[in-house]
Amino acid sequence: MTDAPLLEFRDVGIAYATRAGEVPVIPALSFRVSAGEAMGLVGESGCGKSTVALSIVRYLGRAGRLVRGRILFEGRDLATLDDEELRAVRGRRIAMVYQDPMASLNPVMTVGRQLMEVPMIHEGVGAATAHARAIEMLREVNLSDPEAVMARYPHQLSGGQQQRIVIAMALIAEPALLVMDEPTTGLDVTVEAAVLDLVRELRRRRRTAILFISHNLGTVVRVCDRIGVMYRGELVEEGSIRQIFTDPRHPYTRGLLDCLPVLGRDKRYAPLVPIPGQLEPALSRPPGCGFAARCIHVDRARCTSAPIPLLPRDGARGHRVACVRATELAPWARRRAEGTAADAAVVSDPVISTQRLGKVYHARSGLFGAGRAAVRALRDVDVVAVRGQTLAIVGESGCGKSTLAKVLTGIEVATDGHVTLDGAEIGRLGVDGRSRELRRKLQMVFQNPDSTLNPSHTVGYAISRALRRLRDRAPADPSAGVARLLEVVKLAPQMAARKPRQLSGGEKQRVAIARALAGDPDVIVADEPVSALDVSVQATIVNLLAELQAARGTTLVFISHDLAVVRYLADHVAVMYLGAVVEFGRVASVFAPPYHPYTEALLSAVPVPDPDRQYARILLEGAVPRASERLRGCPFATRCPRKLGAVCDDTPPPVQRLPGGHHIACHIPTAELETLQTALVEPSREER
Amino acid sequence: MTAPATAEALSVSPPATSRRRARDGWRRLARVGESTPATVGVLIILFWLAVAALAPLLAPYPPNATDLAALAHPTPSRAHWLGTDHLGRDLLSRLAWGARPVLVIAPLAVLGATALGCLLGLAAGYHRRWIDLVLTRACDIVLSFPVIILYMIILTTFGSSAWNIVGVLTLTKAPIIARIVRGMTLELREREYVAAAKMRGESALYIMLVEILPNARGPLIVDMCLRTGYNIIIIGVLGFLGIGLPPPDPDWGGMVKDTYGMMSVWPHMALVPCAAISSLVIGFNLLAVGLRELGLRD
Repeated sequence: MTDAPLLEFRDVGIAYATRAGEVPVIPALSFRVSAGEAMGLVGESGCGKSTVALSIVRYLGRAGRLVRGRILFEGRDLATLDDEELRAVRGRRIAMVYQDPMASLNPVMTVGRQLMEVPMIHEGVGAATAHARAIEMLREVNLSDPEAVMARYPHQLSGGQQQRIVIAMALIAEPALLVMDEPTTGLDVTVEAAVLDLVRELRRRRRTAILFISHNLGTVVRVCDRIGVMYRGELVEEGSIRQIFTDPRHPYTRGLLDCLPVLGRDKRYAPLVPIPGQLEPALSRPPGCGFAARCIHVDRARCTSAPIPLLPRDGARGHRVACVRATELAPWARRRAEGTAADAAVVSDPVISTQRLGKVYHARSGLFGAGRAAVRALRDVDVVAVRGQTLAIVGESGCGKSTLAKVLTGIEVATDGHVTLDGAEIGRLGVDGRSRELRRKLQMVFQNPDSTLNPSHTVGYAISRALRRLRDRAPADPSAGVARLLEVVKLAPQMAARKPRQLSGGEKQRVAIARALAGDPDVIVADEPVSALDVSVQATIVNLLAELQAARGTTLVFISHDLAVVRYLADHVAVMYLGAVVEFGRVASVFAPPYHPYTEALLSAVPVPDPDRQYARILLEGAVPRASERLRGCPFATRCPRKLGAVCDDTPPPVQRLPGGHHIACHIPTAELETLQTALVEPSREER
Repeated sequence: MTAPATAEALSVSPPATSRRRARDGWRRLARVGESTPATVGVLIILFWLAVAALAPLLAPYPPNATDLAALAHPTPSRAHWLGTDHLGRDLLSRLAWGARPVLVIAPLAVLGATALGCLLGLAAGYHRRWIDLVLTRACDIVLSFPVIILYMIILTTFGSSAWNIVGVLTLTKAPIIARIVRGMTLELREREYVAAAKMRGESALYIMLVEILPNARGPLIVDMCLRTGYNIIIIGVLGFLGIGLPPPDPDWGGMVKDTYGMMSVWPHMALVPCAAISSLVIGFNLLAVGLRELGLRD
């Protein structure tokens, strides 16, 4: 660390004006970022981390106001700059990368012109120089064929390519500080891995300081030297990556680490430990520690009387903690509740299964819908869900996992193959054609907590209506039924009177689960039920699903892109790529070699929130074939790092069957795959 | 910020009881006070409502009584505060009585158009395919007609009465509402709560009316206010064209028609009803602006 910081927050307070008065979002925040350093800010939604990012370049908008303190950049107070000076700082000295690349790119200008504009405006260089610089920059962000990319419009590029362009735009002016606000949140894991590696590489080469804001501890580890953990607008702990991950001293940091599913965790061996309670709105700020209400180590007398300062720890350079009990807490170890180590008996009592299931959408194209391009969303899908267990479907966006959920639930109907529920064929039965008994048996939990409940109806109405429609006999007292279901999902019965806008995301998702449980279903199809939630909330919902399954014997079809959650919750896993299942089997065998090369790449890309377990990534090159193409060979052939040759392009891969119902669709013999795949060994296997 | 659950709300009664719903309604109405334009709009509308309701008390003369003595000086005087028209009828009395048909016909026609438009729009947006095609084309045909000519044809054929005017306005405005509702339905039908309703086997009618329509009400209420204003103008125009409410009963549009020829001599005769029409339209517009503003704040 050099002595003169590049960016310094000195006792900064920021408030937003709302109808309820001025809300102090950031009460008093101090931290510094040195030149060339990468600092990460982590915290859950609403902790004020994006406000910090915006305040640096004075983008707070009309409602936000700096109420106290100073933000110094290269020794200058940013609040004192006039518009002209601010413009010179923005873009030239400080560059920003946001979550959604499409929002940062102008859709009506070619990528090349947008890139060239930056040096032309900020440095006044000529078009020829700017063009050369842009080409150079695109090469640096690993975009192949930069000349061709320059001539494209943003919508002609993939999400990963767009984010690379945004990073190139940010870096082309050679800024001293790069502020990245959740730069990889909307991207698929394999793309996210590539972007993170790129950021790391660029930083090493260019010595640009980075302020990296993320809710994901795993991504921060990949990029940063230091981390600040934020809670309710305050920095509760700050230190080097190693200090935070091996010796976290603040209970909130520990809570975040404990509730994070990582690849080695499993519901049987290491249950997630959620943080109790929920984030309170910033309106009221009781004296003392903001986390006291949810803290398991709280000592009321000391924690809630006076403000808790962020103090350096003795003997640990750069490690600061805002907790009165920081030195008293026992050394941290990953918390593991005791679980029975007995593996569930291998019973094969299939409840719902698919046989060569296919779904083709006919997208209309051409002037009169003449050229009907068929989009093959599902290709010959064979999966089985066993009674009382969890089948997880994983894959990246566009792999057909949501389509599979829709076909199972009857929102869409199959065009080929079969879906069998308890021996009965239901693949061609849309929801309208399903009997009440069938609808009762199979229910669904949706992805988006904001759209899963009707904003016009109360929680009680939503649940009682489901009770009435799904039970054979309408319950005599619907409110008792509602209260009972709310209790099952651990909500107070008073919640029945609330409207969805009065609930948090996690509460909405619990109500949605209660609604799905109304008919006491045999199978619940859950489409990404936790992907829109914060980690601590995610842990409670995942635990709730596991508990409900254990108590009721419900079969769960769990659709997710998050391999860590899948590893934690699932008994069987199907890995999908481009509408086809490339690997299927028990979770332990899918997450251990031999893998399908795609599973291998996915696993290597999962961000691991542990600085000591960073494995080599397998970067996927090449483009995903369009879903409308009729494939002759393996769908993964265009990107496969282990591609054998022409046989992969021309011949459909054989399904190799291993013991324990493990299937891999690949031309490479599984024995050979197993010896090749030493890149990543599942951590839990060494630990046990 | 929404109020936290009160002690009373703790009793679990899933479908909101009528009493609670009424209280919610009042609370929402009270919020109108938070917006200046909405408050001004409501005050103007309330003023005219009061005038219409109290017309028998407010009007100093019967609306059709002629005061021949006043004809010499029809301008405002102590006997006739707003003056009289060319037949010596008291303008204040005619204005007060004339507020009645306007304030009944315009909202009725809006309600009719909204009801019809909602049904058409929901059906088109929810079912799509051929139903959508047929309904949208039918609406386009109505909308492509020059409305004034349409009014003249219908009202001269069937005669102009209050009910016929309501009918004509309903018919010509419903396609506009249908188009708005269809657009919102297309978006709302993709929501997950609609999929959840389908999964518990709800009928299409239930989904349209209970799951979709309530979530479209915000923009609809704003539109209803605006459209009430437009309808008031149209009623005025119909009166002016002589196909409005039949004489001699006072009708603001008809009052303008009767007297605009005397504009250069006694401008007040036409300007007074014009001002009444404008103020009422402005009232509804301000309310619409205010409601939209309040809606955005949620």
